[in-house]
Amino acid sequence: MRVDSERRPRYADDPPPGPPAGRRRFVLGVLLVGLAALVWRAIDLQLEESEFLRGQGEARHLRVVSVPAHRGMITDRHGEPLAISTPVDSVWANPRELSVARDRLPELARHLELPLEGLQQMLAGRGDREFVYLRRHVAPGQAREVMALDLPGVHLQREYRRYYPAGEVTGHVIGFTNIDDAGQEGVELAYDEHLSAEPGSKRVIKDRLGHVVDEVGRVREPRPGHDLRLSLDRRIQYLAYRELKAAVQKHNARSGTAVVLDALTGEVLAMVNQPSFNPNNRRVLHGDNYRNRAVTDVIEPGSTLKPFTVLAGLESGRYRPGTPIDTRPGWYQVGRLTVRDHRDYGLIDVTTVITKSSNVGSSKIALDLQGEPLWKVLDGVGLGVPTGVGFPGEAAGLLTSPNRWGPVEVATLSYGYGVSVTPLQLAQAYAVLANHGLRVPPTLLARDARPAGERVLSARHVDELLRMMETVVTPVGTARRAAVTGYRVAGKTGTIKKSIAGGYAEDRYVAVFAGLAPASRPRLVTVVVVNEPRGEDYYGGLVAAPAFSRIMAGALRLMNIAPDDPAAWQALGEGDARDGAT
Amino acid sequence: MSAHEFAEDRQAPTLIARFIQRAHIDLPLLVTVLLLAGLGLVVLYSAGGQDPGLLQRQAVRLAAGLVMLLVLAQVPPYLLRMWTPWIFLIGMLLLLAVLGLGVMGKGAQRWLSLGPVRFQPSEMMKIAVPMMIAWYLAEQPLPPRPGRLLAAVLMIAVPAVLIARQPDLGTALLIAASGFFVLYLAGLSLRLMVAGALAAIPAGWALWTFGMHDYQRRRVLTFLDPERDPLGAGYHIIQSKIALGSGGVYGKGWLNGTQSHLEFLPERSTDFIFAVYAEEFGLLGALLLLALYIALILRGLYITNQAQDTFTRLLAGSLTLTFFVYVFVNTGMVSGLLPVVGVPLPLVSYGGTSMVTLMAGFGILMSIHTHRRLLPT
Repeated sequence: MRVDSERRPRYADDPPPGPPAGRRRFVLGVLLVGLAALVWRAIDLQLEESEFLRGQGEARHLRVVSVPAHRGMITDRHGEPLAISTPVDSVWANPRELSVARDRLPELARHLELPLEGLQQMLAGRGDREFVYLRRHVAPGQAREVMALDLPGVHLQREYRRYYPAGEVTGHVIGFTNIDDAGQEGVELAYDEHLSAEPGSKRVIKDRLGHVVDEVGRVREPRPGHDLRLSLDRRIQYLAYRELKAAVQKHNARSGTAVVLDALTGEVLAMVNQPSFNPNNRRVLHGDNYRNRAVTDVIEPGSTLKPFTVLAGLESGRYRPGTPIDTRPGWYQVGRLTVRDHRDYGLIDVTTVITKSSNVGSSKIALDLQGEPLWKVLDGVGLGVPTGVGFPGEAAGLLTSPNRWGPVEVATLSYGYGVSVTPLQLAQAYAVLANHGLRVPPTLLARDARPAGERVLSARHVDELLRMMETVVTPVGTARRAAVTGYRVAGKTGTIKKSIAGGYAEDRYVAVFAGLAPASRPRLVTVVVVNEPRGEDYYGGLVAAPAFSRIMAGALRLMNIAPDDPAAWQALGEGDARDGAT
Repeated sequence: MSAHEFAEDRQAPTLIARFIQRAHIDLPLLVTVLLLAGLGLVVLYSAGGQDPGLLQRQAVRLAAGLVMLLVLAQVPPYLLRMWTPWIFLIGMLLLLAVLGLGVMGKGAQRWLSLGPVRFQPSEMMKIAVPMMIAWYLAEQPLPPRPGRLLAAVLMIAVPAVLIARQPDLGTALLIAASGFFVLYLAGLSLRLMVAGALAAIPAGWALWTFGMHDYQRRRVLTFLDPERDPLGAGYHIIQSKIALGSGGVYGKGWLNGTQSHLEFLPERSTDFIFAVYAEEFGLLGALLLLALYIALILRGLYITNQAQDTFTRLLAGSLTLTFFVYVFVNTGMVSGLLPVVGVPLPLVSYGGTSMVTLMAGFGILMSIHTHRRLLPT
């Protein structure tokens, strides 16, 4: 089609009249007003309110988050780890953000190994929260799988999980932490402050979905918890655990305790109990199992207290090891109480009172002395007051004041009834004997130097007593099974009727053996308590003494302590020579 | 300043000047458009999370738009005028088709699928409505008689209502505005305008009560008090004000905007791209952008003033003023002056059809300006 001006359609208004000048001005005016409004707004926001809005922006993306740090390690005296923290991940979610991916919950539940209904209920019930744990302490591989699902609002949190390499063996002493890494029992609780880490904090930039995009700076450096070196020797601990467990099982006992003390330093080398528990698996925790009976439970010490009665006699100056005591006819009457011996020992000396464990003999000595001197000795060796190891839930035991004692109380106290002690207190009391009368407070922490003890008994009398106590493990004594080849052992058995409501049970006993070695230069004290043996044997000398012997033998060897029994040494040597000859 | 003035000023026009004249290009308009579109690509790279694919798609649209611009610049206005009723008719039919078999996108039915291309008929109506009104009013001497005025109002209202029902309130209002601008420039009497404004009050009440979707009511309420619902409806405005304000005078620098890059700012590459820009380039950048827009609008008004017949004059004026409304509504919305209506920032926001429509508008403006018959010297 040819187009030229002649062929163009003509329109009525061509050429047009200009639009009214007023309209043009009005249009321009509106434009200017609009422009001015925009410019004013821009200046208002970007100059006047800039600071405030910048702060608002930072409030949206700058966050201070905590930087976790690990709890201190607990080791034995040689640095072997007993409690260590390993990094784990906890999966948490923001239910509000997660709610958009409701259809993928089955997938999430499967990877977290959680029941789907439980997960749905939890998320629905906490829909208004911003934080809910889905599963804590998952393995790193599982955590990676969950994050690979890339669900909105699902995040990981770095945490530390406590692991106890020695498991049941040290469970009672070490205790455990809860899932938030706070000490709940044992040393973990007692030294929680020392072990606890101080989490640091850092400033990060987070995007709308809560992903950390960048780290801007540290607010506070995290500080890991301090390590703690215990006095325990893992090898002796294991030995004591094994032997105690064997004894408790063999005699079908209700429970048991063994404590090994280094008498010189007061350090607890081993402390074990039965029944035990595995601190690494707390799903099956029973209160009965995780009690550290060595410090939380008390027993009446029974005959193991007799050495102290005799010692009070020696201290009074009125008795010597050879002083004769008439125990005929094997029983005698103190007020309404009849004191009985196992059998009629006849006219014996003080040494034999210990050797044979004569109730009549010890009560006669005690009644002769009256209460006060006896109390002084028992108080001096630490009965009735906490030992100061600082273990949570430690029992103080019971030692009443002597001014309220009548003859019956004095007589029964002389052979260990009417007073209660923890196994650790008993070990502490025997450690005073081992230290020739010096009292050294026991401790669960490693000591670098020998502490200055407090003299509570005279060395001369203690040494006399130790000679008497060595007779206990001879064939004529009550506990020849407590003997340790190559070493001289001083100790004392105890077979205690259990107190029950209204008196003493006739068929429930506690079998105890407390002793020290080598008797010539005492170093180790061991106490073995077997509670309610339900087999045929229930005597301390039959039930507790064999375990004592094995624990002591192993501990002496592990501690490299020289044998002090030349006769046995010689016999051993001859045996070797004979073996060599054949 | 036009190509023709170049030709007059110089004895021997350069090769480039001659080409520009032949190609019917208005240089000031084209340069400003290219500057704005270039700036848009720069901002989009940051707003879109430095996604080269996104940038590439936008560049393709820009190129398509430029082709559209250049093609329309070659079409003499009288041809446009002849085609106007048909364009309007086709637009109306497509609009009806959208209501029947459109594609849902972001909760609204706006799209028509034509093979691989998705097409928004409402965009086409942004040009078709002012063309139609200008064509209709230019048939008779101005100012229009009441009967024709009524007919013109219907021609505006019917497509606007159809688009509002998609629902796309922003575009419907823009189209109504573009039609109204034609009426205004054609000399609509002041008395009628006042009457209309008065009638708008009960109409507004009726609209609020019967004609609005809940989300639209919420938008108005949220506009009045954005803090009312900071996590829901007010979220956009609050985040975008924070973005703007934290830019300060000099801005945080390109690619350094935290509000946008940390995904706090919604719709950051489309409707709220101005907030990204202002956060990264600050007050100075914002003023520069506004200056470019104003330059474009002033050029459009100049072209309107130079237009030689009623149709072109009305059309050019309406297109220019609508462009101004675009800029004003978007920046006003992003800075919290106006309610959140889905209006993109022209030439900068990511989006296909709107870019092509805008370029078509500029092409028409160029055609109007470059096809003037020169007065005899």
